[in-house]
Amino acid sequence: MATENVALAASAEGGTLVEPDTQPQSSQRNIVNDFTIQIATVNGSGSQSANLVLLKSIFRMGIPVSGKNLFPSNIAGLPTWYTIRASKDGYVARKKEIDILIAMNPETSKEDILSLPTGAAAIYEESANLKQFRDDIACYPVPFDKLTAAVCSEAKLRKLVRNMIYVGIVAQLLKMNMTAVEATLRKQFAKKVKAADLNWAAVQAGYDYASTTFTKNDPFVLEAMNATDGKIIIDGNAAAALGCIFAGCTVVMWYPITPSSSLVENFIDYAKRYRLEEDGKATFAVVQAEDELAAIGAVFGAGWAGARAMTSTSGPGISLMAEFTGLGYYAEIPGVIFDIQRTGPSTGMPTRNQQGDLLSVAFLSHGDTKHVMLIPGSVKECYEMAQSAFDLAEQLQTPVFVMSDLDLGMNNWMSEPFAYPDNPLNRGKVLSAEDLTRLGGFARYKDVDGDGIGYRTLPGTDHPLAAYFTRGSGHNEKSQYTERPDDYFNNMERLSRKFETARTLVPHPEIIQTGKSKIGLIAFGSSDFATRESRDQLNKEYALDTGYMRLRAYPFSREVHEFVAAHDRVYVIEQNRDAQMLSLLKLDLQAEDIVKLRSIRHFNGLPIDARSVTDDLVTQEGI
Amino acid sequence: MTPAPIDTPKPPAKTNRIGLQVLDYRGGKTTLCAGCGHNAISERIIDAFYEMGVQPERLMKLSGIGCSSKTPAYFINRSHSFNSVHGRMPSVATGALLANNTMMALGISGDGDTASIGIGQFVHMMRRNIPIIYIIEDNGVYGLTKGQFSATADIGSKLKTGVINDLPPIDTCALAIQLGATFVGRSFSGDKKQLLAMLKAAIAHNGTAVLDVISPCVTFNDHEGSTRSYKYMQEHEEAITEIGFVPHFQEIDVEYDPGTTINVEMHDGSHLRLRKLHEDYDPTNRITAVSTLMSAHATEEVLTGIFYVDTQKPSFTEMLNLVNEPLGTLPEERVRPSRAVLDDVMQRLM
Ligand SMILES: Cc1ncc(C[n+]2csc(CCOP(=O)(O)OP(=O)(O)O)c2C)c(N)n1
Ligand code: SF4
Repeated sequence: MATENVALAASAEGGTLVEPDTQPQSSQRNIVNDFTIQIATVNGSGSQSANLVLLKSIFRMGIPVSGKNLFPSNIAGLPTWYTIRASKDGYVARKKEIDILIAMNPETSKEDILSLPTGAAAIYEESANLKQFRDDIACYPVPFDKLTAAVCSEAKLRKLVRNMIYVGIVAQLLKMNMTAVEATLRKQFAKKVKAADLNWAAVQAGYDYASTTFTKNDPFVLEAMNATDGKIIIDGNAAAALGCIFAGCTVVMWYPITPSSSLVENFIDYAKRYRLEEDGKATFAVVQAEDELAAIGAVFGAGWAGARAMTSTSGPGISLMAEFTGLGYYAEIPGVIFDIQRTGPSTGMPTRNQQGDLLSVAFLSHGDTKHVMLIPGSVKECYEMAQSAFDLAEQLQTPVFVMSDLDLGMNNWMSEPFAYPDNPLNRGKVLSAEDLTRLGGFARYKDVDGDGIGYRTLPGTDHPLAAYFTRGSGHNEKSQYTERPDDYFNNMERLSRKFETARTLVPHPEIIQTGKSKIGLIAFGSSDFATRESRDQLNKEYALDTGYMRLRAYPFSREVHEFVAAHDRVYVIEQNRDAQMLSLLKLDLQAEDIVKLRSIRHFNGLPIDARSVTDDLVTQEGI
Repeated sequence: MTPAPIDTPKPPAKTNRIGLQVLDYRGGKTTLCAGCGHNAISERIIDAFYEMGVQPERLMKLSGIGCSSKTPAYFINRSHSFNSVHGRMPSVATGALLANNTMMALGISGDGDTASIGIGQFVHMMRRNIPIIYIIEDNGVYGLTKGQFSATADIGSKLKTGVINDLPPIDTCALAIQLGATFVGRSFSGDKKQLLAMLKAAIAHNGTAVLDVISPCVTFNDHEGSTRSYKYMQEHEEAITEIGFVPHFQEIDVEYDPGTTINVEMHDGSHLRLRKLHEDYDPTNRITAVSTLMSAHATEEVLTGIFYVDTQKPSFTEMLNLVNEPLGTLPEERVRPSRAVLDDVMQRLM
């Protein structure tokens, strides 16, 4: 085994493709770097470290990889699945079919194995005797308890170490580079050498068992590539937290809710590490609120007083924030709200995915209210848009929502490393005491520049003319209370003008147009991954060429209208039942363009997959 | 040569320790009913901030929604002010103070605002000991929505519609003391001397200072049979609009000594028994404070005075160990880490 490792490592370092050192025994052709592994386990069984070691080892071998955690809304005891997709072509969306199953949950193992397609492989606890249910898949029974006991004398630790056995089994079956596996594992347990040794022993025990016991009769192998050089792996919430750190966010008030909590938890970690001054004093304040009403109230209080303030929540929290958000819009106060969407309505399925808050957020609150939404489509954009959100909120003096979701926020994605921001913080139109002396005063809500955005002063500005009165009730240009029809009308008209300004400032869509396609696809957020893959499927399998536009913000910029105008039929792909993005587009487009819109919706709580998009589109096209 | 002035020069206007006149602490003209206790409180706020010599620009005025919450428009115009949503001013104030912990904050709320819709935020503000003066302008009713009961209304009190309140009142002071507020007292809007003294003490305090100020609502605290009742007055005066008739009353004025009790006749003819804490009352003991309040409930007296003070407990913003300057205006180089930091994070994610 040792020599084999060295050989593989040497080739991997050279960046060349490595031939498997042994040919599979079966007559099947190898399927290299293009399959999914699913680990079915029990919530709370501590499989996360083992799963991450597997994921990151594949990444370290240079193979594009993504990981999805499908977990129940429960702390311990219920089934959970972790899926790793290796894709030489770089596809990172969920794939429907499972190719390799690691059945660690006795409760679901029968169901899990029955769901596999023919030709798949299954690794399971020997005593479960799952082979009886399928003779069309490769079966690898493993005596997990026996192997664990041999490497781990402490009964207490066995539950955790047991999971590392399957890492070794998979590594042997897939011909993984063991140097990569060991390096990944040691990095993961960097500060705990004893734990690293113990876990590594378990991996080796699995590996040795597989080497001496199994004859490989499945086609799946991993071969080193160099497609992940210089790339990072991170989840969207950590990326957004990092974005907030570099955006100079100073005030965070939040209330825990899945799947958004990890955003603030990451912020706290980063802030404690990078945002304390030499004397240990903090350049940030994070407060856990009593509820979302308080969280958003504090964001607007802080935004009013000049801070870059944010909160992070999900659907139920958004509902509670409605009244305050209307105040933020009407009183024109900057604030950033991250909505890490999960399934609704109501408590819905808290740990499942959806893009279902678009309509409620776009118009959150009562009366004529509308909001700016930024829609990241990758972890990199979670980082970047966190920064643009603060800039835009201050530039536009309004709440700005960042619409992420569970799939993007809580799963691990590989990415180009994030770039250091090139632009200085944009703090918007704020007048200083000197400005006031020069100007002789100001009117808070006067449209001086024709962009709908007034000038503001911050509490504490040392000038007798600095103060103004902020209120959610009717106000005129000078921010004085009024119920005069013309004052109200003019104010609301100005707010509309400001929304038009927002159209020009928000991130523009990403457009891939071939010029020859009649069919356009529109997707956004985490639906992007499946849509890209589906375009390739449509091209390969049906010779269907499609134009593609990935929306990145609401309100829609000019290009959105142009894209729809340039196609005969436009499919809007989204993860909700009611075609919410399509509704927003309908409100914006001309009648002749509205009729071109068609809808592809995915709303079973699982992240959208390419095959579903392809099949739906092909059916609607009548191909 | 300029001719010598013939007029005798006016005596210089009276100024406070920072050279400002009381005029500098004035606000807009009140739009509340004449005689509303809230107006008297606004007057005392002006006096207190003038006398204490607080720089108006260093003060943030925050409120919720209600007649009481409108009052920040009627005093200290040179301070930034924020009328937020009903009952949720504490969170706005918390955010504002996090953004700028060098400012002073004055929160104005009603009893409906505080003890009903806003009770959640109120209790958490007390718990955190946010450095703010929090005034509850307490009239036992919802003024702005025309006279429904609030949660501080006394058991047995009667609405103009004849509805009797059969729920016990929430004592916001007892609640505040129990939860951790560090300066808690009750006064009466008509007791100029006591209210002014308490406000000045609250200005000097660092931490949450709660002042529950009994403030008669001249318009909605009337009841059947009272000579000052809505109905009675309507029969005897012309209604000004069809929306509702607003009687004009004088503000109530009282003065009494520590340790004594006074019977105050309200606009509706009902009576309030105010008892001022004795001079030798020790306000540093939380347990006595709460039990004193409870005993007053038993004797149907409204206790006034400062019930509890703790000057040692750190305020919320102190506990957070923030930099000394306002977070909201820190320059970019202090809030955006360096390129090397990002590189370091990226390295660790590879
Ligand atoms: C969410 C919400 N619910 C209801 C109202 C209507 N409302 C306005 S003021 C008020 C009560 C105010 O009573 P209080 O706080 O006691 O103040 P007062 O007017 O008596 O001074 C209510 C219920 C509102 N503005 N917002
Ligand atoms: S209704 Fe009552 S509380 Fe409101 S202004 Fe009139 S007297 Fe004051």
